[in-house]
Amino acid sequence: MDTPLAAHAQDLSLVHEGGRIALDAISFSVRAGERVAIIGPSGAGKTTLLQLCTTALRQSSGTLALLGEDPWALGAGARRRLRRRIGLIHQSPPLPPRQRVVTAVLAGRLGAWSLSRALASLAYPADVEGARAALARVDLSDRVYDRCDRLSGGQAQRVGIARVLYQQPELILADEPVSALDPALSNYTVSVLVDEARVRNVTLIASLHAVDLALAHFPRVIGLRDGRVAFDLPTAAVDEARLESLYAQEGVLPVQGRELTLPRVRTPRAVRCN
Amino acid sequence: MNARGLLTLLVLGGLLWMSVAYLEFDTDGLFTLATLASFGRYVAQFFPPDTSGPFLIKLWSGTLETLAISALATLLAAIAGLLIAVPAAGRFGLAPRLAARFVLNALRSVPELVFAALMVIAAGLGPFPGTLALALHTTGVLGRLFAEALENTPREPAEALLHAGSPRIAAFCYGTLPNVLPQCVAYALYRWEINIRMAAVLGFVGAGGLGQMLHVSLSLFQQQQACAVILAMLAIVMLVDEASALLRRRLA
Amino acid sequence: MQLSAAAPLPARRDPAALPRLALTLLALAALWPALRITEFNPAVLFEPGNADTMARFLRQFVPPATAPDFLRLVGRSTLETLAIANVGIALAFLIAFPLSLLTSNALSKSAIGPARDWRARRALRYPGRALLIFLRGIPELVWALLFVRAVGLGPTAGVLALAITYGGMLGKVYAEIYESSATQPARALMQAGAGRLQAFFYGVLPVALPEMVSYTVYRWECAVRASVIMGFVGAGGLGQQLELSMRMLNGAEACTILLTFLLLVLLADAVSALFRRWLA
Repeated sequence: MDTPLAAHAQDLSLVHEGGRIALDAISFSVRAGERVAIIGPSGAGKTTLLQLCTTALRQSSGTLALLGEDPWALGAGARRRLRRRIGLIHQSPPLPPRQRVVTAVLAGRLGAWSLSRALASLAYPADVEGARAALARVDLSDRVYDRCDRLSGGQAQRVGIARVLYQQPELILADEPVSALDPALSNYTVSVLVDEARVRNVTLIASLHAVDLALAHFPRVIGLRDGRVAFDLPTAAVDEARLESLYAQEGVLPVQGRELTLPRVRTPRAVRCN
Repeated sequence: MNARGLLTLLVLGGLLWMSVAYLEFDTDGLFTLATLASFGRYVAQFFPPDTSGPFLIKLWSGTLETLAISALATLLAAIAGLLIAVPAAGRFGLAPRLAARFVLNALRSVPELVFAALMVIAAGLGPFPGTLALALHTTGVLGRLFAEALENTPREPAEALLHAGSPRIAAFCYGTLPNVLPQCVAYALYRWEINIRMAAVLGFVGAGGLGQMLHVSLSLFQQQQACAVILAMLAIVMLVDEASALLRRRLA
Repeated sequence: MQLSAAAPLPARRDPAALPRLALTLLALAALWPALRITEFNPAVLFEPGNADTMARFLRQFVPPATAPDFLRLVGRSTLETLAIANVGIALAFLIAFPLSLLTSNALSKSAIGPARDWRARRALRYPGRALLIFLRGIPELVWALLFVRAVGLGPTAGVLALAITYGGMLGKVYAEIYESSATQPARALMQAGAGRLQAFFYGVLPVALPEMVSYTVYRWECAVRASVIMGFVGAGGLGQQLELSMRMLNGAEACTILLTFLLLVLLADAVSALFRRWLA
């Protein structure tokens, strides 16, 4: 296959100060234009992996190539240009409370704007229509001029999504992007992300807590557990046995944001609640 | 009244006694009837305050001058203080942090009056040296307050923008500034209030405003004019006090 | 898939645009006259005469004057400054204490029921408050200047100026401390029949004392700084020496005095922090 690799990890490890191993010799490849879901129990390392992919963290050992480049071998300017092409949707977006939604969304393109345009936009927003369009896709276009601290958790999460949509990166990373949304809205929002990736032919790597969302929208699933890759398969090949062993320590299988704690049976079952 | 309190009182009393002795207070000379009488005569010369038309006009322009000095000085200090506060908060590394902190400490340790005297040497008499002097001292004060506010503000918003490819300055303006700006504005307004009082007195060394008018009228033994100037100062201070209390109640 | 059933919104303009523009124009409109009134002209700094004098003065700063006679003089002036601050605060306390009792609402008998002497009390309270405002409102430097004219150069003027202004400040803050921390015990005692002074010493003072001491110590630290500043207009101490040296354009002496001042301020800061911790 001649398609370039959007992300390529080889024996990637991250050890925190104090010795705690967050990621242990992870290897995977994601081709440009692929859509991959990452699932796994809490503490598996999903967030850490995504932070590595957005160069917020640096690995302890191993190699990670993003969009064909090793970010830490680049100079600062080149790294900045690389970061511009990668966008991370935070689980809990760090929005300044008093900032207005329109400014928060427009901040997605700061990497492409000149300094004078960026500063001028603080006084008067430069591309209100663009921001509004991005917000419309997450059903928030009526909150364009509101302050970020007036939003609910779910609305703030969607503003973070709108910001990355406005950024239009080549590699979209999403860290539990719908954790604060109700089942119907989270289903819709994930489909918006998948559509974005498909229409613009860009890569999407999303970590999701609700397993059924992952299985429903993504053709490929990577299961993480204790910092290691438990499996890396096309969705069709993922069966319940694998899922149960992945989430064995939690005893429940998270679906649609709702979890059912079952009595202690040896093989926990997934119960679908629609 | 425990032992510690008693000991404190004794020590303080001792220090006070020593201070009084050191100053060699001529208490006999100070409180004799004759001295009090002459003091009373001196005070009587101040009344009634001069309220003639031309002098009132001078008083009004002196008041405006004082207000302008304080406002401009605070504005300059806020801008300069913010610029120096960024390295002082450690955003550029340890060496710039120490250098910036040193500059801020030096600026705020020197009293405004001393700066004013220095500035008068550098720029002659008038309101301009007063503005500069106040601005220099206030830069130190505001810069330190701003640096502390910057250090206490979360870094995540700006860092998230940096990781999305934003240049540093833009990330600062979009991620950090919205969080600290309200606090900085509050500090600046508070400092402006103090500076109005200060601007009124800086004139003693020739730096313009009501202070210079007071110095001149006292030197020319025009006590009634001096009285009017003092009353004007009092009026400004009380007005600013009331206005800021009102503003604080509105914003709270 | 459309989740919301709302009709498409009409294009709305930025609601913050107009207020921001108005504020900016207002600020600019105020800035221009301010620049003119203050004769703001940075070029003046670089005029040949001024620049030379300033440069010469600053060059003398290094090395600072260290002649033993001069250092002895500086040492004496420093002790004088400390003495001025001490006596000034002590007198300020003597002024502030009775005024605070007079003006505080914490000792108001009318608050708990009709008092026989309420007219007399009110007749005293308002002038008391006005007096405090008057004492506080006039900057201490003005008082210093007046006293220098009245009683001559030297520390007496400084002490009196400090006593008056800081008396006003301490009085206001003491009254507020009583009200914020000790109104209830005072009222309880007065309801049980105690007189105002008794209510104060048994009800208010135990609760309010730590805060009062803390604020007074902080004011002492400010007094040290103020003493130097007042000395500048002739009220004795380090400030008067500094003014003399600067008038003679003696940069070396001025530098020594400034350094001493910085050390003194640091010392006062440390002493005040230590003292407050020792009491706590």
